[in-house]
This record gives sequence, C-alpha cells and structure tokens, in this order.
Amino acid sequence: MGLDFTIIPEYLDLLIAGTWWTVALTVVSMAMSLIIGVVFAVMQLSRHRLVRWPVTFFAWLFMGTPLLLQLFLIYFGLVQIGLDLNAFVAGVIALSLHFAVYNSDIIRSAIIAIDDGQYEAARSLGLSQFQTMTRTIVPQAVANVTPALGNMMIALLKESSLVSVIGVMELTLSAQRAISDSFRSFEFYLAAAAIYYVVNLTLEQAVRITERRSARYR
Amino acid sequence: MTEPIVKIRGLKKNFGQLEVLKGIDMDIEPRQIFALIGASGSGKSTLLRTINQLEEVTEGEIWFDGELVNQKLPHRQRERHLNQLRQNIGMVFQHFNLFPHLTALENVTLAPVLLRRSSKAEAIEQAKILLDKVGLADRADYYPSRLSGGQKQRVAIARALAMTPKLMLFDEVTSALDPELVGEVNRVMKELAQEHMTMIIVTHDLRFAEDVSDHVVFMADGLVAEQGPPSQVFRAPQEERTKAFLQQVFED
Amino acid sequence: MDIELIGRIWPFFAEAAWVTVKISILAIMLGLTLGFTAALASLSRNPVLRWPARSYVSLFRGTPALIQLFLLYFGGPQIGIHLEPFEAGVIGLGVNIGAYMCESIRGAIISVEKGQTEAGSCLGLAHHQVMSRIILPQAARMMVRPLGVNAIALIKGSAIVSTISVVELSYTAHRYISSTYKPFEMFILASVFYLAIVTIFSYGVKWVDRGVALE
Repeated sequence: MGLDFTIIPEYLDLLIAGTWWTVALTVVSMAMSLIIGVVFAVMQLSRHRLVRWPVTFFAWLFMGTPLLLQLFLIYFGLVQIGLDLNAFVAGVIALSLHFAVYNSDIIRSAIIAIDDGQYEAARSLGLSQFQTMTRTIVPQAVANVTPALGNMMIALLKESSLVSVIGVMELTLSAQRAISDSFRSFEFYLAAAAIYYVVNLTLEQAVRITERRSARYR
Repeated sequence: MTEPIVKIRGLKKNFGQLEVLKGIDMDIEPRQIFALIGASGSGKSTLLRTINQLEEVTEGEIWFDGELVNQKLPHRQRERHLNQLRQNIGMVFQHFNLFPHLTALENVTLAPVLLRRSSKAEAIEQAKILLDKVGLADRADYYPSRLSGGQKQRVAIARALAMTPKLMLFDEVTSALDPELVGEVNRVMKELAQEHMTMIIVTHDLRFAEDVSDHVVFMADGLVAEQGPPSQVFRAPQEERTKAFLQQVFED
Repeated sequence: MDIELIGRIWPFFAEAAWVTVKISILAIMLGLTLGFTAALASLSRNPVLRWPARSYVSLFRGTPALIQLFLLYFGGPQIGIHLEPFEAGVIGLGVNIGAYMCESIRGAIISVEKGQTEAGSCLGLAHHQVMSRIILPQAARMMVRPLGVNAIALIKGSAIVSTISVVELSYTAHRYISSTYKPFEMFILASVFYLAIVTIFSYGVKWVDRGVALE
C-alpha cells in the first residue's frame, strides 16, 4: 500500500479537536503540577522530618518508575477505591503528580539558592515577613525557575501522548481513530507528529520570550 | 547630658555552646559616630546585628530611643514591634544585599512605598535626591548586575537612608570591595558623619575609623576590652590586648 | 494487599524485567552510537553534515517518543519496513534517545572546546587531531552524568513499548491488572523491579563517573 496524504483533510476536524485536547491537557496538568510542586517544595523545606519524609518517599517512587505505570495505577486504582473518574481527569491527575515531583525539585533549589542576605536586607528595612516573601524572595525565585519549568512544560506536552492509552481523546488517540477508520497508519502518525512538532516549537518560543522577560535584570 | 539613643546592658549571646557576647554594656549618644573594631570573631558584627534584632539575644537588654528592643512579646506583636523598630534603624551589609530584580531607584523606593511613609511620586522624588547624594543620579535605572561593587554599596546606603532612620548600622561595608572602590564608599559615610547622623560602624579599616569616628570600642573575645575617643584608643592605648591588636594590624 | 497473589506471580515480572533490561541496554547502545555521530556531525563546519544532524535532533526531540514508535511499527509496513515488536522497540527507543544523547555529548564538547582548540591549533595539530586527542578525552568526563540521566530516562521510558505488545514490565503489569483487578499490588510489584534496575544503573553511572574523573 503506497502513501496517500490527500486523505488527511477528511479527518482534519478530528485532528484539530485532538490537538485542542492535548493543549488543554498540557496546560491544566502543568498548572496543577506547579501548585502541587510548590506544596511539595515547601514540605521538603520543613524542619519536621514527618512532613519531609512522605514527600521524599513519594518523589523517590515517582522518579524511579515509568509514567505509564503511574497512569495505570491511578486510572485503575481510583476505580478500585470506588472513584470512577473519567479518563481525562485520571490523565490530568497522573501527569500532575508525575511532573509535580520534578517541579518541586526545581522550585526547592531556586528557593535555597536565594541568599540569606536578601531576607536580612528586606527585614532590616522594616518589611514584614509576608512583604519580604512577596516582594523580594518570590520574584527572584520565579525568575530563576522559569527556564527549567518551561522545559518541564515542553516535556509534559510530549508525555501527554501516553494518556491515549487509557482512552483520553487527545491528539494521539485522535490519530488512531482516523487510522482505524482509514487504515492509513503512516500518514496519520506523521500528521500527528507534525502537529506535535509545531505546538512544541510554539511553546519553545513562548518559553524563550518569558525567560527573557522574567530575567531582564541579569 | 542627653539620653543615649542606644543603651545596651549585660548583653549576652550564645550560638549553641559557643559564647559570642559575654556581657556588653554600651551607650551610644545621638549624633555620635561609633566605631566597633576588633579581630574577626571578637563578636563585633554579632553585636551590631542584635541592635536591629537580626540576631536574637540570649540575655540582657537593648534599648533604642527609649524603647526596649528585645521585649518578650507574642509572635504577632513582636513582628509588628520589630518592623516598627527596623524602620528607624538603617543597615548596610558587607555584601550589599541589593535586590537584583529591582533597579537602583526601585531598591531605594521599595520600603517607603510599601510601608506607606510616602506616595509613590514622593518616594521617587526622595530616592532621586538620595541617589544624587551618593553620586549615582545617573544610575537610577540600572539593575544591580550592571553596577560596580562601590556603586552597589552606595545604592545600599541610599536604600537604608530612604526610611529616614535615626540610626545607621554599617557592617564591614568595604570589606568585600576592591581596594580602589573603598574610597567612594568611605566618602559617602564621611559625609553622613558630617551631617551628624548617628552611626555605628563595624570595620577593619582602622585608618577610616580613626578619621571619621568620635568614639572607638575595641572588642576582644565577646567583651569590650577598651573604649574612648580615637586619639586615645589608637595613639595611647591602655590595654595590652589593644596594643597587640593595633601593632599586628598596622604591621600588615 | 494480596501477598499470596504477589508470591504466585512475581516470577512473571522477573522474566519481564529481564526484557526491560535487554531492550534498554540495546536501545542505549544504539542511542549512544547515533548520538555520538550526530554530535560530531552537528559540530562540523560542513553544512552537508551539520544540517541532517541538527534536523534529526530537532525532529526527534520535538515530537513524542510514542508517536515515533507508532510511526515505525504501525506505519513502517506501508513503506516496506516490517519489524517484530522487540526490534521496533529497540530502534524506536534508541533513535529517540539518540537525539537527547546528541545534545548531552554536544554540550560536553562545547564546554571544553573554547581555548583548548586554540591551544591545540597553535601546536600545529589538524582539526580532527585536536578533536580526537585533546577535546574528546576531556569531554568524555563531562558527558558521563548527562548521558546517565538520558539512559535512566530511557529505562523508564521503555515502558511505552508495552503499547506495541513487547512483553516487558509495564505490559505484564497491565495484563495482570486487567485479569486480577489488583492495580496496587501490580504497581508495587513492577515498581520494585523498575526501582531496582534504575538504582543499580545509577550506581553504575556513578562508578564510571568516578573512574573517568581527573583526580
């Protein structure tokens, strides 16, 4: 069977819908993984071993095992404990938790990297603890963290293809639907790859622009 | 005689097992230029940092402007008390500690605007005057990364002055500078001294201490070993330890 | 927790773990070969070498490994490439990780190239001599850690070959989840093997890293 790319326009709507779901999945999971990542980072900086220890264990477990396996655990495990979530929600949870572990590492080192002198200088001016955090520590940590978190989001975009396995109708599964209808594997996987590539380039560009903005002062 | 602006009584500070300050009594009069000298580890920086409570004290009392600095308060009230106190005490650090994400001007206006001493426009106006005073009016919009060490330290002085403090603390402010940049910072401090700002200066630069201060405290091993006017402490020291210290420093 | 079940089926997981190890090692070897070639080509002054290398890196890092694997295994037959699942797994994973490894190797070379090239050229050495005698030996030390990170990512990433029915760890876990409805037990069982493989491999990387260190 030769190649015939003229068939692709027939399934364009399907692919576009899939692309939107992939983008939504990436954005929502990234936002969630950031929030959880901050919580993990703060917990790991705690003085109490009982607060630190569960996060350390969880991070070790999730950094040492495949995302796909975690996806199975969450999708089937939640059903097991009586939570029959739809695939999209399960996918978001798995991606968020998986990337939260990496994000928390990045955030934690950024906070540690800020010199004590910054804190002392702000406090010596009479700024409160809260003002010191919001006006001096956090803005610097955010700027330090932007490039690495940007790369995480790019990784997340690609890894999000795995949730097709549990039936989330994102770009990869949309391509598979088109294939099961048309029997044109090569054409549609290549089309999906091209779309991923374009979204990826766009995201890379966006990361580069934010990076430049957030680190104006360097 | 006027009431001292800083009054320290029986001050002790331990870091774990280590006794850093072993019982300090000290009075600083308004408008006095106070130099704290002594070898590294003598406790002079720690003493300075207890005055605005960057270090908590183990025992003793510190009074500033008629108010007990280290009073026992519930956490919230203590925070409020400290923030109030620190607004009246400016501090300049060895490593500048400028906020790298803010321009020179924004570094200076940050505290006045946040703490509502003035409107934004007033704060900017005031900051420009201060930057001009330290000779950096033309660097107002520069980020710290583009300033030299001496320029950074002068911005840091302007930042501390922006809250119109009653007392200025200087913690080895020229120690981290290249030798050729020390002069410009010392000049700014001397100018402040001539305007009768009350200043406590921790320094290794004995010539500068002699030149600018009107009272010198020599510290050794967490205690005040000798004090008096610079002419006495530097030219006619009474204590053996002072003599040994001065000899060692001036030999180098 | 169903300990009895775990006790009964763990040998299947051990067998599957061996497949994960085999496919990972083969893919890492392929990735290193491709990565090294692409790194040298992408640093070449000749655009005929540089362009394909840079396109390879950009395309394979810019798209999901899963899509690349599907394109090879399901799309391959349409252009005359017929592969067994295991073969497709090795090639798909290896070509993908090669693009990342290329960046690790390139980064290491660039980091030692400055200054050293000039020093070498001043001695009268040719470009390829400077590269092979001066830069690469130094760069080799710099690239162990980043390549180790790539390789560990590949071991975990190898789970995706379960989707083209290579019977490795994740495939086995999935199959037993479907047949026993015990997702937690299967996760733990598979995790133990993954963590063991990753931990042993990390020690290996550290050992090599210490071995090539200058001091």
